[in-house]
Amino acid sequence: MSINRLKNINHLLCQFLLIFTLISSVSLGAYAQEDAAPAEAADAGVDPALVSQGESLFKGNCTVCHAINEKVIGPALRNVHERRDEDWIKAFIKNSSKVIASGDEYAVNLYNEYNQTQMTSFAFSDDELNSLIAYIKAESAKPVAAAVATTAAADGETAVAAGGGVAAEYITAILIGFVVVLVLILIVLGLIISVLTKYLKESKELTEEDKDVVNQDFDLGKLAKSNAFLGFVTFFFLAIVLKSAIDGLFTVGVQQGYQPKQPIAFSHQLHAGQYEIECVYCHTGVEKAKSANIPSVNICMNCHSAIQNVGGQTGMSPEIQKIYDAAETGVPIEWVRIHNLPDLAYFNHSQHVKVGGIECQTCHGPIEEMQVVYQYSNLTMGWCINCHRETEVNAKGNEYYTKLVELHDETSKNPLKVQDIGGLECSKCHY
Amino acid sequence: MSETKKTYWKGLEQLTNNPEFVKNAEGEFPEYLPINDNGEEGPNRRDFLKMMGFGVAAASLAACESPVRKAIPYLNKPVDVDPSIPNYYASSFISGSDYCSVVVKTREGRPIKVEGNSLSPVSGGGTSAQVEASVLSLYDQQRLQNPVINGTPSTWDQVDAAVTKQLGSLGGRLAVVSNSVFSPSTQKALDQFLAKYNGEHIQYDQVSFHGMLAANEKAFGTRAVPFYDFSKAKTIVSFDADFLGGWLNATLFSRQFAATRKLSDGNKTMSRLYAFESNLSLTGANADYRTPIKPSQEGLLVANLYNLLAAKAGAPTISAAKVDSPRITMAAEDLWKSKQSALVVSGSNDESVQTIINAINSLLGAYGSTIDMSKPYQTRKGDDAKMAKLINDAASGSVAGIIFYNCNPVYDHAMGAQLAEAIGKAKFSLSTSDRMDETASLTAIIAPDHHYLESWNDAEPVKGHFSLSQPAISNIFNTRQAQSSFLKWSGVNEDYFEYVKTNWAEWHFANQSEISDMQMFWDQCLHDGVYAAPSDETDAVVSFAGDVSAAAAKIASNYKAESADMELVLYTNASVGNGIQANNPWLQEMSDPITKACWENYLTVSPSMATELGLKTGDMTTEKFNITVGGKTVTAPVLIQPGQAKGTVGLALGYGRTKAGKVADNVGVNAYPLADYGKGYQSLKVAGVTLENTGETYQVAQTQTSQTVMARGNVVQEALLTDYQKDPFAGRERPEIYTSEGFKEPAAITLWSGHEYPNHHWGMAIDLNSCTGCGACTIACQAENNIPVVGKGEVINRREMAWLRIDRYYSSDADVSDHLGLEKASENPEVTFQPMMCQQCNNAPCETVCPVAATTHSTEGLNQMTYNRCIGTRYCANNCPFKVRRFNWFKYHDNSEFAANSSMNNDLGKMVLNPDVTVRARGVMEKCTFCVQRVQAGKLQAKREGRRPVDGEINSACAKACPTEAIVFGDLKNTESKVSKLLKLGTNEEGKTAVAEPRAYHVLEEIRVDPNVWYFTKIRNKEKTEA
Repeated sequence: MSINRLKNINHLLCQFLLIFTLISSVSLGAYAQEDAAPAEAADAGVDPALVSQGESLFKGNCTVCHAINEKVIGPALRNVHERRDEDWIKAFIKNSSKVIASGDEYAVNLYNEYNQTQMTSFAFSDDELNSLIAYIKAESAKPVAAAVATTAAADGETAVAAGGGVAAEYITAILIGFVVVLVLILIVLGLIISVLTKYLKESKELTEEDKDVVNQDFDLGKLAKSNAFLGFVTFFFLAIVLKSAIDGLFTVGVQQGYQPKQPIAFSHQLHAGQYEIECVYCHTGVEKAKSANIPSVNICMNCHSAIQNVGGQTGMSPEIQKIYDAAETGVPIEWVRIHNLPDLAYFNHSQHVKVGGIECQTCHGPIEEMQVVYQYSNLTMGWCINCHRETEVNAKGNEYYTKLVELHDETSKNPLKVQDIGGLECSKCHY
Repeated sequence: MSETKKTYWKGLEQLTNNPEFVKNAEGEFPEYLPINDNGEEGPNRRDFLKMMGFGVAAASLAACESPVRKAIPYLNKPVDVDPSIPNYYASSFISGSDYCSVVVKTREGRPIKVEGNSLSPVSGGGTSAQVEASVLSLYDQQRLQNPVINGTPSTWDQVDAAVTKQLGSLGGRLAVVSNSVFSPSTQKALDQFLAKYNGEHIQYDQVSFHGMLAANEKAFGTRAVPFYDFSKAKTIVSFDADFLGGWLNATLFSRQFAATRKLSDGNKTMSRLYAFESNLSLTGANADYRTPIKPSQEGLLVANLYNLLAAKAGAPTISAAKVDSPRITMAAEDLWKSKQSALVVSGSNDESVQTIINAINSLLGAYGSTIDMSKPYQTRKGDDAKMAKLINDAASGSVAGIIFYNCNPVYDHAMGAQLAEAIGKAKFSLSTSDRMDETASLTAIIAPDHHYLESWNDAEPVKGHFSLSQPAISNIFNTRQAQSSFLKWSGVNEDYFEYVKTNWAEWHFANQSEISDMQMFWDQCLHDGVYAAPSDETDAVVSFAGDVSAAAAKIASNYKAESADMELVLYTNASVGNGIQANNPWLQEMSDPITKACWENYLTVSPSMATELGLKTGDMTTEKFNITVGGKTVTAPVLIQPGQAKGTVGLALGYGRTKAGKVADNVGVNAYPLADYGKGYQSLKVAGVTLENTGETYQVAQTQTSQTVMARGNVVQEALLTDYQKDPFAGRERPEIYTSEGFKEPAAITLWSGHEYPNHHWGMAIDLNSCTGCGACTIACQAENNIPVVGKGEVINRREMAWLRIDRYYSSDADVSDHLGLEKASENPEVTFQPMMCQQCNNAPCETVCPVAATTHSTEGLNQMTYNRCIGTRYCANNCPFKVRRFNWFKYHDNSEFAANSSMNNDLGKMVLNPDVTVRARGVMEKCTFCVQRVQAGKLQAKREGRRPVDGEINSACAKACPTEAIVFGDLKNTESKVSKLLKLGTNEEGKTAVAEPRAYHVLEEIRVDPNVWYFTKIRNKEKTEA
């Protein structure tokens, strides 16, 4: 019967509402998901150990001036083994000035092309040189598109990785579309109900029972004034206020996500991500001191005395100009400090990086992807303590820990964690 | 009840039903209140309060956002400076005539701590309180920030122009006054300057050695103070020479002396020290036999000692009135037994006394053994006669130009008042003082010198032993090194650094063959801080040629065996010393090792004399007395000092500054003018003193008011050497506690399950036998741990903040059952010093009472104090048996009420703070942490290098500062560590770690808090009959 249909429509409406809620929550979850990392291209026919040795050598020594696909201070090294034979390359790495002095035409041209900048001599062994070349070969074999992200410009446009799934903006658009459709359906359903009710009210062949259903009084005013409703609303309102107050209190001093504007639009994505400059090259204190050290201008100038712009553009980049200004005027650059631990907490970088072998990214997040650095971790004591509970001590090869590990292994089957050697004690951080 | 109901009226108005009253009766207030009656539109008081309340709430909400903090890196980072990594530079502390070779710890380019240089044979690796505190003097706001001409700030160009012009046309006598100059390069620069302007150089010392210099000149032909080696001495006799306190080179002497007091299974002998003195000095407090004497007896006692020894040696005796002193006889016996291993020293400035002392040492054969004339000290050169003549000449107007090179004679010379009037009579007057002090403020030009931590310099404190000063910071103010000034004014346009380096190339590099490159040689010397010139001289045997009988005649006329006269004895204490660094709040608040008083100098009198004087004392109160000497009167509070010789009064020098700065000005009284100059030399002992009670009640701030341990053997344990030799447990009080199974050691019945220490277990051993009480450790602790200065008022409230204190206990003559009598110290007490800091108890009573677990135990045996968790209940301090916890009653930083706490109240002073240690907030508890920041840093260093820490690498600030190595810190888990070996750590039958050293004990052992600090019994080298 039509009455049943009405009931069904009501049910449908409820179901829609339910689905609507579900979808929105699911889609919110999807929103937080990250893009999957592109799989590394498999490389056939090359000894992976050799390549990885070459990679570490390359990153440790060469990235300051060279990149595979990019002209930096020196030329791009992609397919260099095709341009020159291996002996020439080896000789040039060992002592470039000797090769140039010998009158080698290619070398001389190269020298002149790069503003007569002498390449540093490296006393590598033949094995090391072979591994370097193997690495360059392996890198050259990879497709260019995957490696060369749009370098864009220094204005901070987001680089979008090629073929990496649906971009975030589209997801939002799709979601909004969904919501609009759902709301429309709701409105249509509401209209149907009202039309049906009107029709049924006029109909005379209804039983008493049916009449009760049709003449249900939807007095909103009464509902709004009812104690239950008011209580309900007040409860919700208070709960939300309380929750946000508590959240607010928790966030006092917690600056997770803090991303201030820096005096120079320095991009870690460019330096650490794209050019793969080792963190310790600039942050010189990270393995020996409490502070990691923000690099001084003279460290910037190691490279930027030669590099004055990005992505092959000519002229001086206004951001790089700021480094020159600082060097010339003698006024140091005032960076905005992002990670502010309270004075009462002692944190030492060398303990964690050198001794503990913790990656920078563990605390600082995907720094190599950050155009502008933000505070990735919340840096609360709970966060510190949790890591100390879960992290195993990097005891391998460190004589300091040898006996401790032995002692621990006698009594426990679990690996030695930081908390087992007093990592949760107050005066490890507070004194 | 109802029938007895009475009616009460609020007043006559109610009784009479006054209509006005009836109208207002129902209101809260019967009278009219003009609450809302401001008569005009606009906000009223209540609105204002509402708005303000809202404003405060809004502001605090808005303030939740943290302020933007900048991180400013170097522009051009120096290669060897890394933020947060300390750098250490060897240098030389030179202040007045005092010297110490030091290592300066700098962080981010600013010196934060001064420690001893263990490579130096002249200072032995220890420090003194003044050396430790000198780093704060660097950041003294009272230092001059520019050169000054006629009271107005000026520039160096103007100063140079004025000086060269005025000196060029001086047309009269020019004198440069200084303390003893023992820097060869400085002397050379001065000589160049003096040669150019035909000037003369006059040196004086705050505490003069004129008598000894004159006596040695006559006896040995060298006007010098010899090198003493107390470590070779088996018997030492000191006549008022406080060689453990402030005399000559106390840092080294303490180390040497302590070396003769270290006892072990292998060595159960120690030196014996006799002290004859008037005030109770550190030397007297550490003496085995101390005899209070009046200064007027001193010469005769020395002469009597000479006669006794001469009789034994078969040498001719001298005529001297016999003084009946059994101790002199005993001392003579012991000296004669020790022969060349004996040493007699005197602090007297009387040439005749020093001549007899020389004769005694000569009789004993001490020269060439405990005394070395071939490498004399260069740090005391002052000539009292010349100085007095200069002041008299200046007063008569015959000195045209006078320059004060880093000295302040108007304040610290007995004739300062005359000099103050005379300075104006000179056409040209200049001072190189770092501040507008008593002398500099009277000179026309002030050319402020660098602080020693900003200077290049060299020094030759002992002949043949050189050392370098290097700047640990570039000059903070627009000051210039005085030597550079002298060079500039003499027309030599050479940088003083190059000057020193050139001198060293010529003097030292050329005379050695070990290093072939000058730069390498220089770098090595700079790194070590010290350089010993190769010497081909063997200890030249010197023959004594002094005129003993002439000296004896003088003694006979100047000294009396008995004198009813009241005598004043001036001294320098271990804190403020001679007063150069008086504006240093750390030193002002450091309690005197003996009197335990601070922020003051005072007249010390013996207990019996206090009764005779009718002194009324109350709870920490005393009375002020007028003391009159030679027509000069000063008013100072009186402090009862057990051990003070009867008929004498002591008064410390170094106080009563008027132009040193905010901290020191008008603290105490200046005692320098009271010194006697009548006989042509400075005498700190003055006869003919009258004392007069002003009746004014006065409070002296003391950090310890209890005198004795009340015969509690569980605190201080001591024994005689003879007993110790028989039984190493001698003097040990080993409490036993009765249980159902009989008596047991406290350790056996503990309630606690104990802690496990898998990694490290930090512990400390303190040898009461070596601790001389000098207090260097307390200042080292203050500098290392950012401990605030609270000021005199708060010390009186017993709220001083020192984490490490040195308890000083006197012996009592009373019977053990006489509780009231036990509170009183003997008239001439034995003294024990006990450094007391957090004992880092394994069963810590503080930990169990903390309601918020702010104090907890670590797996390394440390009792951790977490400031950010502390809510300030102070339960822990209440429950601490050692009373070593300190509470921050106030905010001591950034608080103008505590301006004297200069290391935390101005931007300059804050540069001295240790960045690794939190500055504590108001309302939290704090205490000794065993220098946990050093422990952590040392461990991290080892971890980074993939090894275990080496013993000695991790050391607490107090242990590092200790000149006698009385405090030893280390890892008890490391069987090779010094502390483990000292304690003879082993395992007992139950497999637990046990201490096997018989002398080691815990304070209050019976309460079984199981501290990680052990004390070693004090052993006195006394005869049994004398005990």
